[in-house]
Amino acid sequence: MNQPLTLTAVQKAGPKLTAVALGIVLVALLAMPLLHLLPADNTFHVSAYTLTLVGKILCYAIVALALDLVWGYAGLLSLGHGLFFALGGYAMGMYLMRESAGDGLPAFMSFLAWNELPWYWYGTSSFLWAMCLVVLVPGVLAFVFGYFAFRSRIKGVYFSIMTQALTFAGMLLFFRNETGFGGNNGFTDFKTILGFSISAPATRATLFLATVALLVGSLYLGWRLARSKFGRVLTALRDAENRLMFCGYDPRGYKLFIWTLSAVLCGLAGALYVPQVGIINPSEMAPTQSIEAAVWVALGGRGTLIGPLLGAGLVNGMKSWFTVAFPEYWLFALGALFIIVTLYLPKGVIGLLRKEKEQ
Amino acid sequence: MNAATYQADLPLDKGQLIGKAVNVRHGTILTLEGINVSFDGFRALTDLNLYIGIGELRCIIGPNGAGKTTMMDVITGKTRPDSGKAWFGEQFDLTRMSEVEIAQAGIGRKFQKPTVFEALSVFENLELTQKADKSVWASLKAKLSGEQKDRIDEVLTTIRLEGARRRPAGLLSHGQKQFLEIGMLLMQQPHLLLLDEPVAGMTDAETEFTATLFKSLARSHSLVVVEHDMGFVGSIADHVTVLHQGQVLAEGSLEKVQADERVIEVYLGR
Repeated sequence: MNQPLTLTAVQKAGPKLTAVALGIVLVALLAMPLLHLLPADNTFHVSAYTLTLVGKILCYAIVALALDLVWGYAGLLSLGHGLFFALGGYAMGMYLMRESAGDGLPAFMSFLAWNELPWYWYGTSSFLWAMCLVVLVPGVLAFVFGYFAFRSRIKGVYFSIMTQALTFAGMLLFFRNETGFGGNNGFTDFKTILGFSISAPATRATLFLATVALLVGSLYLGWRLARSKFGRVLTALRDAENRLMFCGYDPRGYKLFIWTLSAVLCGLAGALYVPQVGIINPSEMAPTQSIEAAVWVALGGRGTLIGPLLGAGLVNGMKSWFTVAFPEYWLFALGALFIIVTLYLPKGVIGLLRKEKEQ
Repeated sequence: MNAATYQADLPLDKGQLIGKAVNVRHGTILTLEGINVSFDGFRALTDLNLYIGIGELRCIIGPNGAGKTTMMDVITGKTRPDSGKAWFGEQFDLTRMSEVEIAQAGIGRKFQKPTVFEALSVFENLELTQKADKSVWASLKAKLSGEQKDRIDEVLTTIRLEGARRRPAGLLSHGQKQFLEIGMLLMQQPHLLLLDEPVAGMTDAETEFTATLFKSLARSHSLVVVEHDMGFVGSIADHVTVLHQGQVLAEGSLEKVQADERVIEVYLGR
C-alpha cells in the first residue's frame, strides 16, 4: 500500500545504502560468469552447477518482477504466469531442437513416426523467428485473454482462478504427444545454440550475462513505469477502480498494457531459462509453479519491485538447499513460509527491512 | 445565459478528448425525461423528469429509498434506464455512453462514501484527476507542465489542503477526504458536478466552508447536490427537488417545498 513504492523503499533505507547493496549484487552477478571461465582447478573457479543454479534463479526473479507489475501495482493476482514463462521456453526449445536435429526431424517426432513437421514448427530453425515467437506467443495469448477478461470486468479472485485454469489447460495440452511438443518429456538434449556448444563455459557465461542484462533492463523498465503517471494510474486502479472510471480513465487499456508486458517479460525469462537448464517440459505449466511465483512476490513484498527479486532468490535458494538436505520436508517448509509471511510480514521482507531502519 | 455553447470559465487544457463545449441551446445542461429504472420488479425510478439549468445549484432531498443515488447512477452511466431520455446538453445522449465517456464529456461525480486514491499523495490524487488526455500512451509520457502545477496548487488552496500535499490520502481525516474528493472533481473541470451527501461527517465549520465553496462554484458550474442535512440545504440552495418513491414530489424554493402538505407527510413530518 505504499507508493511510489520503490521510491519510498529507497528513501527510507537511505539511498546510498541501497545503491551500495544493489551495486555489490550486480558486481557479483557480473563476476560469476567470468570466474566460470577460469580453469577448473583454480580456487576462484565457479562451477557449472552453481552458475546454472544462479542463472535459473535469475530467470525466476524476472518472473517475480513481472508478476509484481500486475499484482503489486495493478492488483491483478495472476496464478498462471508459469504458462507465459513456459511458452517462451518452448519457443526457444523449438529452435534448440531444430539445431540439434540438423536437417532431420527432432528426435521425439521420429519416435512418433511422424515424417514431416507440423505447420507451427516452420521457420523455427531460424533463431530470429524463434525470438519473435518468444515474444509473440505469450504476448498474443495474454492480450487476447486479457482483452476478454477485462472487457467483461472480471477481477479479484475470479480473475486469479481463470488464470490458474488457463495454465492448467495449457499443461494438459502440452502433455499430449499429438500436440507436437514432445509430450510429457518435453524438449531436452540440446546441443548447440547459434552454432556454439551449449555446455561450453563461454556459452554458459554469455547466457548468464544475457539473463543479468534482462533482469537489470526489466527492473529499470519497472522502475520507470512505477514512477510515471501510468504507474500512479495503476495504483489508483488497484485501490479504487470505480472512482478512476468516473475520473474519465478507461481501466481496460491500462490493465491490458501491463498484463501483456508482464507476459512478454515472462516469455523472455523462459527463453533464457531453457538453454541454461537444458530442459523444458509441461511441468513448468503446473499450477503449483505459478502459485510458487506468487509466494516469491508476497514474501519479498508486493509493489516494491526489489522485494520480489529478493523473494525469488530467498525461496529458490532455500529450495535448492532443502531439496538436498531434507528433500521430504521442502513442501512443508514452503507452506510454513507462506503462513509466516501472511501472518507476520504483510509487506514482505522489504517491509521488515524498512521497519528495522526506522527503529 | 442563453448562449448556444457553454464552457466552464476555467482555462481548458490541450489534449482533452470530447466535451470541448457542451451545446445547451435550451438553457438546460441536464435533461431527464420519463426515466424508468427497476431492479427485479422493484421500481427505483418511475417516470422521472428533471431539468437542471446552466450555472444552477440544485439540491435533491428525499427519504431513504427515494431513488436519489439511482438517479446519479443513471446520469453517470452506471445504471442504464429501462426507458426515458437522458441528455447532457444537446448533443450527449447519456443512455448510450459509457461511464468513462460521460466523465470525459464533463460530468463529475462525488460518491456518498468519500473515495480517494489512498496510496497516493494528496498532490498525486489531484494530478491524476486533472483534465488531460487519459489514454495509456499519454500517461506513459505525461509530464506536469508549470501551468498544470499552478492549477493543482490553486485547487489545493481552494480546498485548504496546501499543508497536506505530500501526505498519503489514506491518512487524511474524514472531512479532509471529502474536500480532497471535491478538489479532484474541480481538477476534472466538469460542466456539471454531482455531489452525493458532500457534508456527511463534516464538522460545523467544515460544513459552513463547503456551503461557501459550492455557492462560489455555482457561477461557473452546474451543481446537483443530494443532501440530508436541511440546514446545509437551506444555506446553499435556491431551488430544491423532493424525490419520493422514484418520482418528483415537489419542486421549488426550500420554504415552498417545506410548506407542501405531501412533502410534510412523506418526509419532513416523519
